[in-house]
Amino acid sequence: MGIVQGDQMILNIGPQHPSTHGVLRLEVRTDGEIVSEIKPHLGYLHRCFEKHSENVTYEQVIPFTDRCDYLASMNSNFGYVVAMEELMEIKVPERVDYIRIIMGELNRIASHLLALGVYGLDIGAFTPFLYMFRDRERILDMFELTCGARLLYNYMWVGGVSHDLPKDFEKICIGFLDYFEPQIKEYNNLLTYNKIFIERTADVGVIPADVAVSYGVTGPNLRGSGVKWDVRKDEPYSIYDRFEFDIPVGEGQFGTLGDCFDRYWVRMLEISQSVKILRQALKDIPDGNVHQALPKKIRPPKGSVYRRTESPRGDLGYYIVSDGTPVPYRVKMRSPAFTALSCLDEVSRGWMISDVIAILGSLDIVLGEIDR
Amino acid sequence: MTSAEIKAVLEHQFPAAMVENEDLTEKQVELKGNQWLEIATFIKNDPDLSFDQLECITGYDTGEDGPLQTRYNLHSMEHRHKIEVVISHNRENPNVASIEQLWRIGDWFERETYDMFGIVYEGHRDLRRILCPDDWEGWPLRKDYEGQETYHGIVVQKMKEEEGWE
Repeated sequence: MGIVQGDQMILNIGPQHPSTHGVLRLEVRTDGEIVSEIKPHLGYLHRCFEKHSENVTYEQVIPFTDRCDYLASMNSNFGYVVAMEELMEIKVPERVDYIRIIMGELNRIASHLLALGVYGLDIGAFTPFLYMFRDRERILDMFELTCGARLLYNYMWVGGVSHDLPKDFEKICIGFLDYFEPQIKEYNNLLTYNKIFIERTADVGVIPADVAVSYGVTGPNLRGSGVKWDVRKDEPYSIYDRFEFDIPVGEGQFGTLGDCFDRYWVRMLEISQSVKILRQALKDIPDGNVHQALPKKIRPPKGSVYRRTESPRGDLGYYIVSDGTPVPYRVKMRSPAFTALSCLDEVSRGWMISDVIAILGSLDIVLGEIDR
Repeated sequence: MTSAEIKAVLEHQFPAAMVENEDLTEKQVELKGNQWLEIATFIKNDPDLSFDQLECITGYDTGEDGPLQTRYNLHSMEHRHKIEVVISHNRENPNVASIEQLWRIGDWFERETYDMFGIVYEGHRDLRRILCPDDWEGWPLRKDYEGQETYHGIVVQKMKEEEGWE
């Protein structure tokens, strides 16, 4: 970090620190209380995902994708199977598409609830976290009902899903949505319109749109900067083009466009949009066999594919190269949290140490996915 | 623009940089490494192409004694078109110009590819390992990689053919 002069100080945040949301070390150079440089040190959770993938079959990669983004495993699975099906040119039965979208959106809600709750926790609001965790729990219960796992599902397979929906799932899910929708108002009363919360987040850590694009920031973080970009709408995969939903973007209502509050607020609005998609999907879901297109042995033709999908954190891309054998030749995961974290240095310069915590929390990173 | 049209523009502007490669799909284009920075600057700033988003950089080992490759997935937010640029490096001395100052995310993507494949990005201001420890030996994702025996006195586990984990 170079020579430390005068009032400057090097401060280590992490590797073990509640607000780094995982094992991450930030080497912060401060001048008094003002941050002048941040060097993130990654790799504490590196589990060689890409190297492992080259030694197991295509099906066996799916459990590894679970463990990358462990807060939105359904969406990690989803991205991988969509890429694989594009490579193999498989068309899945309609029911499978619907089930995947239902699971993906439920997981998006669960992930956003955790992100928002923990964000409150980061900057000193303890109660909203408990409320959001309570409702996230009910989503996990539904996942448990469907596939037996609460966190790491291995649910979506190439050409299908592992289990069909349980009996009465539609009824249970609609019951949950009816309960859940009024709760969003409660979250807003508890956290969003809290004066202290607004003071801590509005105008803090502004990411201008061009900086965000240059740093490859995607998902809610990019939309918080006012860029209307959502893979679900702009490069539709699965059957997302059939549903009606809006893409919320930041408006800078309490401060500048692209500040921490905007990123928080976009997530909150996205939850309502996910509920909207879920209601449409649950209404239209057809009957059918979910294992119909499941190949016995996966042996994609020679070739490569790069496909990105919208995970709760942004563009989740998979680059898969096949050489015609049952084992992938190369799997690369483009992680959205990795790119979001890379802009932390530039965005945090000039802010105080306590604001760095607010900025880091607003980016909603998951270290499992950054380090892979 | 479609991939073919983008390729035509590139061929018109940089005829000397194009490489024929039959293994690639129509969405990919292979370029020579020596002009890469110039080409990258052009495709980012040209109003008809304006590739402002670097989606992904993937390192790739073609195996045996074949070359290493860097693959850039580029996307334009304005025109909503994309292209994949492939650049090959020789195995003994893999290097190419860094585009870190054009697309800022290139910084970490190039560090990751350097970490895994040992491809040197010339002009990168802070090229060091990102996921592996700084003193790790070898380039893990190369096909001929053999892990080190010990790391600071700790035995590094290896997977053996047929026998599974040691």
